[in-house]
Amino acid sequence: MNPGDLTALAPLLVTGGAAVVVMLATPLARSHRLIALLALLGLAAGFGSLWLAWPMQARHVTPLLVVDHYALFYMGLVLAAAFIVAMLSFGYMHKRAVKRCEFYILLLAATLGAAVLAASAHFASFFLGLELLSVSLYALVAYQRTSPLGLEAGIKYLVLAGVSSAMLLFGMALVYATAGTMEFEVLARQSGGAAHYGPMMLGGIGLILAGVGFKLSLVPMHLWAPDVYQGAPAPVTAFIATVSKGAVFALLLRYFTSSGFHASETLTGALAAVAIASMAVGNLLALLQENLKRLLAYSSIAHMGYLLVALLASGSLAAAAVTYYLVAYFVTMLGSLGVVTVLSPPDREAEMLTDYRGLAWRRPWTAGVLTAMLLSLAGIPLTAGFVGKFYLLAAGVQSGLWYLVIVLVATSVVGLFFYLRVIVALYRRPEGEEGSPVVRPEGAAAGEPAYRSGRSAPPTREGAILGGLALAGLLVALLALGVYPAPLIRVIEAAVAFLP
Amino acid sequence: MILVWLLVIPLAGGFLAWILARWSDQAARWVSLLAAVADLALAGVLWVQSPSRLEYVGGGAWMAQVDWPWIPAFGIRFHLALDGLSLLMVLLTALLALVSVAASWRGIRERVGFFHLNLMLVVAGILGVFLATDLFLFYFFWELMLVPMYFLIDIWGHGNRHYAAVKFFLFTQASGLLMLLAILGLYFIHGRQTGDYTFDYSRLLCTDLSPTAAMLLMLGFFAAFAVKLPAVPFHTWLPDAHTEAPTAGSVILAGLLLKTGAYGLIRFVVPLFPGAAADFAPVAMAMGVVGILYGAILALSQTDLKRLVAYTSVSHMGFVLLGVFAWNRLALQGSVMQMISHGLSTGALFILVGALQDRLGTRDMGRMGGLWTAMPRLGGVALFFAMASLGLPGLGNFVGEFLVLLGTWQTSVALAAVATGGLVAATIYAVWFMHQVFHGPPREPWKPADLNLREMAIAVVLALALVVLGLYPQPVLDTAGVALGAIEQAAGPLAAAVAGGGP
Repeated sequence: MNPGDLTALAPLLVTGGAAVVVMLATPLARSHRLIALLALLGLAAGFGSLWLAWPMQARHVTPLLVVDHYALFYMGLVLAAAFIVAMLSFGYMHKRAVKRCEFYILLLAATLGAAVLAASAHFASFFLGLELLSVSLYALVAYQRTSPLGLEAGIKYLVLAGVSSAMLLFGMALVYATAGTMEFEVLARQSGGAAHYGPMMLGGIGLILAGVGFKLSLVPMHLWAPDVYQGAPAPVTAFIATVSKGAVFALLLRYFTSSGFHASETLTGALAAVAIASMAVGNLLALLQENLKRLLAYSSIAHMGYLLVALLASGSLAAAAVTYYLVAYFVTMLGSLGVVTVLSPPDREAEMLTDYRGLAWRRPWTAGVLTAMLLSLAGIPLTAGFVGKFYLLAAGVQSGLWYLVIVLVATSVVGLFFYLRVIVALYRRPEGEEGSPVVRPEGAAAGEPAYRSGRSAPPTREGAILGGLALAGLLVALLALGVYPAPLIRVIEAAVAFLP
Repeated sequence: MILVWLLVIPLAGGFLAWILARWSDQAARWVSLLAAVADLALAGVLWVQSPSRLEYVGGGAWMAQVDWPWIPAFGIRFHLALDGLSLLMVLLTALLALVSVAASWRGIRERVGFFHLNLMLVVAGILGVFLATDLFLFYFFWELMLVPMYFLIDIWGHGNRHYAAVKFFLFTQASGLLMLLAILGLYFIHGRQTGDYTFDYSRLLCTDLSPTAAMLLMLGFFAAFAVKLPAVPFHTWLPDAHTEAPTAGSVILAGLLLKTGAYGLIRFVVPLFPGAAADFAPVAMAMGVVGILYGAILALSQTDLKRLVAYTSVSHMGFVLLGVFAWNRLALQGSVMQMISHGLSTGALFILVGALQDRLGTRDMGRMGGLWTAMPRLGGVALFFAMASLGLPGLGNFVGEFLVLLGTWQTSVALAAVATGGLVAATIYAVWFMHQVFHGPPREPWKPADLNLREMAIAVVLALALVVLGLYPQPVLDTAGVALGAIEQAAGPLAAAVAGGGP
């Protein structure tokens, strides 16, 4: 390993180092402010170190990791998202009667795992990254140990993620037994085209895809998503929805394009069926939800289905389309779940649609952010989601996947309906509808505030400011990507140019 | 550059109004009014300047344009351009924007700033639709105008507003996505043929399509425009949306949003897919005739005044559909004329109905009657616009409908004959409306106030415009004619096909 390799790995090293620093600082100074600040600085430093690595040639660092523009781009995305999550978490955790500092260690470790996934070129690093991410998430999901829903979500996630890891490992073993290698690139060269895969190879890849599908909550591996989204603390939900899924999708895209999967009709057929099922199930079941977090869970199932359409398109636009859509999806999901985070009172989550009734007249800016995010999820112009959806459709049409594209269009109209339901609730006139439970801004919570009982700290201004800044930043990003996407598209095209 | 100003003025006015409303609602109203006046003045300047530059030589020679790169990865450009057809639509938009602001001066008391922001955003979106000549940009504006319109209905609407707003949004979005697919299909087919990946309208005009592809893509576009127009059977969102929207919303919906559908048919469907449009013309014309009769018959059976006016819109827009697909100069000019006159007369009718509702608290015709004595001015104005709506000679609507029928006669005598039935039904519902509301014995002891000066001013402006259109339509026909000629030239084969295929 030479100095160049170290520079290339800088983002991973800095993030890992930050996790260690935070871990060491926690027993010394149990100050939430300090720890959160350290975590934010660590993530920012990790993001900053991307500029060190970006000018370098794409290189393999050990057979396990490949650092190219594609990996760096996704690392940046993951780090930026984790930064936003940390900003949102501060105010949220500060209000709550929990041990706060360990949260950031887990967050940094999970982020590191996601970043490793983005750079992995080998089954071993794939599995390492995935487990680092998952194990941290087990603890994060059940972070509020006093909440029965949180515990249920944690157990559910633990068991199902365990099963999916087992399937993944079994699949890797089968592939290794057939091909004799665990490196993606060698695998792609050796197997001589996906069209000639034997049953064992297909079975192995199928099992790997099932494990990946679990992480992405694709139908039929989606059953955990609504419960975990609902039970986990809102910032963790935001993390699962974005960082965890985005990193796994980055890996899937790299693996899919480098091994030429689209030549195998069995695999593309199966993935197309999964895509259609995800789009349909996600959008249709979201119609029934009265809980915003569950609604967003089903919505994210549908969005993963949309992404599969572009993945299957595998034309010249496909990789860029997937990447652009993921960026838009990150901004949007972080924004919507960020609003949930910011609005949540100390004792529960602001998750029911009734909590949002008439919000626009009480907190116009917060409601405006949520409106913009929902419109972006629905793919309405001026938002990043519009350009993203346009990109996906363009990729699909380019490859002539008409039936998938038609399903995408039809289901996204259904999707629009339930996003509009939330927006209708936001803008409902408050008069004549008293008696509905109302989420008040922090500090004004009805009844005895939790901090009076001495178990949690009083609400801080910093929390509100950080949360507000995060939401404002996301809104600006959303509009900027929707109105003038050209700069990001240039970066993305540079990033995906390395893919074959 | 002047085209960008057309868009920027309402946008800036809207945001300024939104900010000012924190301190003063009245300031917000004045700012939007000024923005609308400025836009109208700008459009007027364009019109006055235009005759010298009317020598349109087809493909690319626009009266004014801006063309900036926007998303180079897809060959998308921020390309606005203006020809006679766009110019007329822009003038109509600016005028009705002014009217809408004036019409909501008293009626809107809640969240005045946000209301005017949404109103101005819709106007900007509609102007964008009329000016965009990059298909992506067109779709962008097409979708963009939905959101503020949705808010106008959902927040300031009447009783069943949430249902109506969502229905409106879903119908237009679903059909819009089909159009997006068609746009993308056209983009890739053109790109593969020529290596020139572009969304530019004039360059896409010469795409060579197989008949099947052309038909499918044409249907994608047609779906979006037929829903907006609306053509029966895609019209069911319209009565709900028109009825529940606030007055200004109804004016914008009927006066402008429906016109974007008609404009799209003329600008995109036929020129881009002349062959497919020719094959499809009999179906579309039949839809138009069905719309004329169906709208008129349903209008006859309404008791809610706003629903009545809404269904008359369905009927009148049937003439536009008929005229577009008859595709000869007379019918097209008639369609354009009908679009403008319908925008003015229906806008006025919605304002009058809104005025009645404000005063009486109901739109139920069954409870009105004998209102002429209490409100002679409103009665007189209503009579004028009811006559305009039924196509009284001397007013703009007559010119439009007459030209459409004349043009249709050249392609299909039967359809023209049946469509004339719509005029008869129009007479019945217009007279019925006057009779129910203003004549006969009063059914309730109302003593409403008559129209005030502001309302009279709005009505007089719209009435004068209709009289001018009716008595001296030549300037409008000339302005439209040059542009239509160029569009016809681009779509040459259709004219021959349809004309040859007729009896």
